[in-house]
Amino acid sequence: MSGSTTIDFRAVDNILEKYNYDKSYLIAMLQDVQGIYKYLPEDAMTYIGEKVDGLSPSTVYGVATFYAQFSLEPKGKYEIKVCDGTACHVRGSMPVLNAVRNKLEIKQGKLTSRDGLFSLETVSCLGACGLAPVVMINGKVYPQMTPDAISIVIDTLLKEERGEE
Amino acid sequence: MSENKKTLFIEGKEVEFTDEPNLLEVIRKAGMNVPTFCYRPDLTSFGACRMCVVEVEYPNGRKVINSSCTMPPEANVKVKLNTEKTRRIRKTVLKLLLANHDRKCLTCERSGNCELQMYAQEYGITDIPYADRENFYPVDHSSPSIVRDSNKCILCGACVRACHEYQHSVLGYANRGSKTLVQPMNGRPLAESECVNCGQCVAVCPTGALTINSQIEDVWSEITNPEKKVVVQFAPSVRVAIGEMFGLEPGVNSTEKINAALKELGFDLVFDTNFSADLTIMEEAQEFVTRLTTGGTLPLFTSCCPGWVRWLELEHPDMTEHLSTCKSPQGMMGAIIREYVPQYYKEVTSENLVSVSIMPCTAKKYEITRDELKMKDGRQEVDYVLTTQELGNMIREAGIDFKNIEGRPADSPFGKYSGAGTIFGVSGGVAEAAVRTAYHMVTGEELKNVVINEIRGTNRVKTVELDLKGTKVKVKVVNTLKEAEKCMREIKAGKADYQMLEVMACPGGCINGGGQPLSHNDSNIKEERAEGLYKDDASDKWRKSHENPDIIELYEKHLEKPNSHKAHELLHTSYGNKRKDCYISVGEG
Repeated sequence: MSGSTTIDFRAVDNILEKYNYDKSYLIAMLQDVQGIYKYLPEDAMTYIGEKVDGLSPSTVYGVATFYAQFSLEPKGKYEIKVCDGTACHVRGSMPVLNAVRNKLEIKQGKLTSRDGLFSLETVSCLGACGLAPVVMINGKVYPQMTPDAISIVIDTLLKEERGEE
Repeated sequence: MSENKKTLFIEGKEVEFTDEPNLLEVIRKAGMNVPTFCYRPDLTSFGACRMCVVEVEYPNGRKVINSSCTMPPEANVKVKLNTEKTRRIRKTVLKLLLANHDRKCLTCERSGNCELQMYAQEYGITDIPYADRENFYPVDHSSPSIVRDSNKCILCGACVRACHEYQHSVLGYANRGSKTLVQPMNGRPLAESECVNCGQCVAVCPTGALTINSQIEDVWSEITNPEKKVVVQFAPSVRVAIGEMFGLEPGVNSTEKINAALKELGFDLVFDTNFSADLTIMEEAQEFVTRLTTGGTLPLFTSCCPGWVRWLELEHPDMTEHLSTCKSPQGMMGAIIREYVPQYYKEVTSENLVSVSIMPCTAKKYEITRDELKMKDGRQEVDYVLTTQELGNMIREAGIDFKNIEGRPADSPFGKYSGAGTIFGVSGGVAEAAVRTAYHMVTGEELKNVVINEIRGTNRVKTVELDLKGTKVKVKVVNTLKEAEKCMREIKAGKADYQMLEVMACPGGCINGGGQPLSHNDSNIKEERAEGLYKDDASDKWRKSHENPDIIELYEKHLEKPNSHKAHELLHTSYGNKRKDCYISVGEG
């Protein structure tokens, strides 16, 4: 992972400065870093661990890997979140998830499609149970999904990408 | 506090308590015990393993089950240690731990000495109702000092706490729930991490998840090779601890027994690192006096502890000027053995000489690999380091009756030592020994009261102000790198008023080193070992390094005087910025 992204350590410094190098703001610092890179590069975590008093690289890594909100792998341009909360699950979120996997050829345990355009993850309730099953792509909610419906949504995004609108 | 005595009842027996931090300590003081993996008296209570659960009944009749290591003692409660419920809970805990544990006990380093194995047996776990794990994590053999095997980790967190509370948090938790692991940053190999090899994680690990990187087999093959002449040295604190592995009390001085056992194992020549501790003092005291009188970099940092030296090179490379250029006693002895043993013993040549040292310390295994300590031809001065534990295991393997072996003196001419050399093994000892000789160097007179009580004992921070006949000197002594960090900040802020700083990375010093016999649940053991060294000092014929006749002879015949050209060539070393070897340097140009 190290080295896959060039890190602008000055940007990280600015973030640390913003929180006064106070270790109790670690989660906020990591959120800000993720805001820049869409994931947490290892070197950025190491850097924070080394610069902030009372932290160490391994303790930062511990926090980053504890919370599901942080990703240690780069995410796609399109972040697909398939809700697998109870309501979505009983109304068929798994077939929707599998449809996305098959369509984008994302193997189980992998986060992103091979071209890096899409990343796929399940989340445990988006708070829209009345619209189950729900999928969210880059913050936009797609209600009452079926395997066919999500396939059409993805096709539309792919067309947009190719500029064929 | 003593007027504040309160009582509670343990198994029906009325027990007094005062300021014990938790119920478990009260139980132990009452002469009883409960099992635990995660509780270590010198570390914060964590309550991770749930083995120490007890039933507590309050005066109002309310009953709770709680872990005794995290429960503050309360007056008038009734505590039951062994009930149907607590037994059931402990058995469940054990079975669940075993479910995920590598079950290849027979070939485990800690077999026979593993707390998980011990409790599983005590609690009659004869069947694990879960399938063995399928996926195994790779074992990290990268470090010269420590082997990390996550498959044997029970997540008790003792190592994480030790690393955090003593040193600088190299080990941490990663992930969550069933995927939790204890590891350095992102599972990087220990050798690439900022680990200083102190081995305190190994010393607190209840299982075989963290073990000493053993060199026993290499040493056996050298001593059984008739072509080789194997020369061995052993460190001050080894003598007051190894007996514990053979039924002797902690602190009993086994110097002569160790000499004899080493000979019986097949080592050709046995020397005492206490001798080179005396030599270190000759050089370091001279260096201190020179810096003091010529405006050199002060405070002078002691350089005996390789964990501390590596930490400084990693975390404060701009401060290495302060370090004494003296090699550690191990390093000095290594150099002396290479240079002079072939001159004194015809059968030993530079080609057939193998140099081994017995240390209380896992970081010493790293020290011998340092580029700065290599000979001109690139070879290491000391070939192998065995820890006290490893030597104990070799003695067992050879079937030597250590307890009853007849002692013998070390070989000459590097076998005699003074009391100053022996106290190197305990925090404050190096500074005390240095002061005894520095006093002589500055004033030309002998210090009358050689014992400096202010810097004795296992407290983390100690200071003493001394008057070398008009020259006022303040000495600070700390142990653990947490405390060293505070000193570095003090010095950088210009607030340090001391001229000498002694640092040892392990709490209490080498007597409590990561390679010493395990003393998990007894924090008194290190005090007893320290006492053993102080007793050795008190009973020694010579109390000051410069009185040691072997030292006098070495300077007369070979080295001329402390800090001479020859002494510099053999006994001094250099330091460097080691950040680049480690990921902590990210973002630095």
